[in-house]
Amino acid sequence: MKKTNIDFEKELNKLNVRGIEINYYFICKTKLFLFMNNMGLEKNHENVELGKLLHETSYRSNKDKEVIINKIAIDFIKKNKKEDFIEIHEVKKSDKMELADYYQILYYIYYLKKLGIESKGVINYPNQNKKKEITLNDENIKNLIPVIQEIEKIRNSNLIIPPKKKKYCKKCAYYEFCFS
Amino acid sequence: MKYNKYLNSEGKLYRKENTVYFMDTKGKKTPIPVEKIYALYCYKEVSFTSSVVILLAKYNIPIHYFGRYGNYVGTFYPKGENYSGKVIVQQSENYLNSDKRHYIAKEFVKGSILNISKNLSRYKLDYDKEKYITALQKVNRITDIMNVEALMRNDYYNNFDNIFKNFKYEKRSRRPPENEINALISFGNSLLYSTVISEIFNTHLNPSVSYLHEPYERRYSLALDIADVFKPIFVDRLIFNLVNKKIINENHFEKDLNSCLLNDEGRAIFLSKYNERLQKTIKHRKLNRNVSYQRLLRLECYKLEKHIMGIEQYEPFVIWW
Ligand code: SF4
Repeated sequence: MKKTNIDFEKELNKLNVRGIEINYYFICKTKLFLFMNNMGLEKNHENVELGKLLHETSYRSNKDKEVIINKIAIDFIKKNKKEDFIEIHEVKKSDKMELADYYQILYYIYYLKKLGIESKGVINYPNQNKKKEITLNDENIKNLIPVIQEIEKIRNSNLIIPPKKKKYCKKCAYYEFCFS
Repeated sequence: MKYNKYLNSEGKLYRKENTVYFMDTKGKKTPIPVEKIYALYCYKEVSFTSSVVILLAKYNIPIHYFGRYGNYVGTFYPKGENYSGKVIVQQSENYLNSDKRHYIAKEFVKGSILNISKNLSRYKLDYDKEKYITALQKVNRITDIMNVEALMRNDYYNNFDNIFKNFKYEKRSRRPPENEINALISFGNSLLYSTVISEIFNTHLNPSVSYLHEPYERRYSLALDIADVFKPIFVDRLIFNLVNKKIINENHFEKDLNSCLLNDEGRAIFLSKYNERLQKTIKHRKLNRNVSYQRLLRLECYKLEKHIMGIEQYEPFVIWW
C-alpha cells in the first residue's frame, strides 16, 4: 500500500484538473475562469487526502455517499464484484448539460485509470428515469486530452474570459455577478 | 427572504437547540429564526454565548455593534472572508498604480455627485453637477479628488435648509452631532457603512483595500468608498422623508448642551424605516429581475470586483427612478 501511494501522488501531480472544471469548460468559460480564480459563489468541495479515501471508499461499496479523490468528487460508486471493476455514478437533474456531464464522468474514468483502477461510468437522471453508460475508449480519450490541456492553459495564463449571455445564465449562480 | 434584525435594547442572545433567542433585561424572550437572518445590528449592550456564535457562523451571520451615538464600533464576522489570492493581488495593484486608483476614486465621487444631483432635482433645487464632474476630470491627486468631493458635498448640504421643513440643518457637525439633522445623518451613515461591510464580506474583495479613502483610515475603508455612492439614496432620502412627513419629530431626540442624539424610540423608527428601504425592490434594468435596495450594494461590489479583475470597467450606481 505504501509504495502505491507514492505512485498515485506522482500521477496526480500530472492531472491537476478537477471534475467540475471539465464540466464548466463545456458550460461556460467565464464560470470556469471565476471558479479557477477562487472567485466562486458556490461552496467548494474540500480536498481530502487521497490514500485514506481510496482505502475507505473503494471497498465500502454502494454507499450513497460522495467519494472525493483528491481532485475529483464522485457522487457515489458501486463495485461490480463479478467483473471486478467499479461503477462510478453521477446524478444529474436533467440532461440539459449532457455534453458537460459526459466529459466530466469520462474524465473520472480516465483519472481512475491513471491510478490503475478500471471503471465504468453511469449518469443517472432520476427525474427522467434515464441512465447513460460511459466507457473509455481510444477515441474519446483523444477528445478528452485537448480539453484537459486547454483547461490547464486557462489556469496558467492571465486570460480573462468576460461573460456572454446564454440561455441558462439566468439560472447560474454567477448571474448577478456577470450581468450587474 | 432573509432580513436584518435590529436589537435596540439591552439583553443577551442565547441558544436553545437550533434557535437563537434574545432576552431583554425584563426577561422578555424573542426567538430569532436563524435561517432567516441576514445580519444582526446591536445598538445596546448585547452579550452572546459561544453556542450562539457557532450557530451564527453556520449561517454566516455577522453581528454589527454600535456605540452610544449610533457610531459604528465593530463587526463580529463569524467566517471571515472568501479568499481569492488573485482578487487581493489585483485589488492592491489597482491601489498602487495611481492611474488605476484615481480612476476608481473618481468614479466613486462621480457616483455621489450624480446621486446627489438626483436628490436635489426632486426638490427643484439647482445643482451644477457638470461643474464638479469637470473639476474631477482635471485633478490627478487623491487629495484633490477629495477636495472636489468635499466642495460638492458642502454645496449639497447648503441646500438642506431648503429641503427640511421642521428642523434646521445649519452646518455639518459630527462628533457629537449638534442638532437633529446632523444626528440623523451621522446615525444613517454608520448604519449604511455596516450594511456595506456585510455585502463586501460576501464577495472576494478585501474590505481594507480602498481607493478614495486611504486604506489605513479605517479597518474597512472600502466600505466607506462604496457607502459614499449610496448615502444620498439610502440615508439622505430616508431622512428627507422622515423629517418632512414628521415621522420623526423633536420628541425623538435627546438633547444636551452641545449634542443631539436619537433616543430609543427615534432610533427604533429610523431602523425600521431604513430596513423597509433596504427590502424595497426595484426592477434592475440590466439583470431584468427584481432586486432589493440592499442587493444593489452587493451588485456594486461585484462590479468593482469585475473592474479590478479586468472583466468590465466599473461605473458607479446612479439612481434612475
Ligand atoms: S451567468 Fe452566464 S456568463 Fe456568467 S458564469 Fe454563468 S453561464 Fe457563464
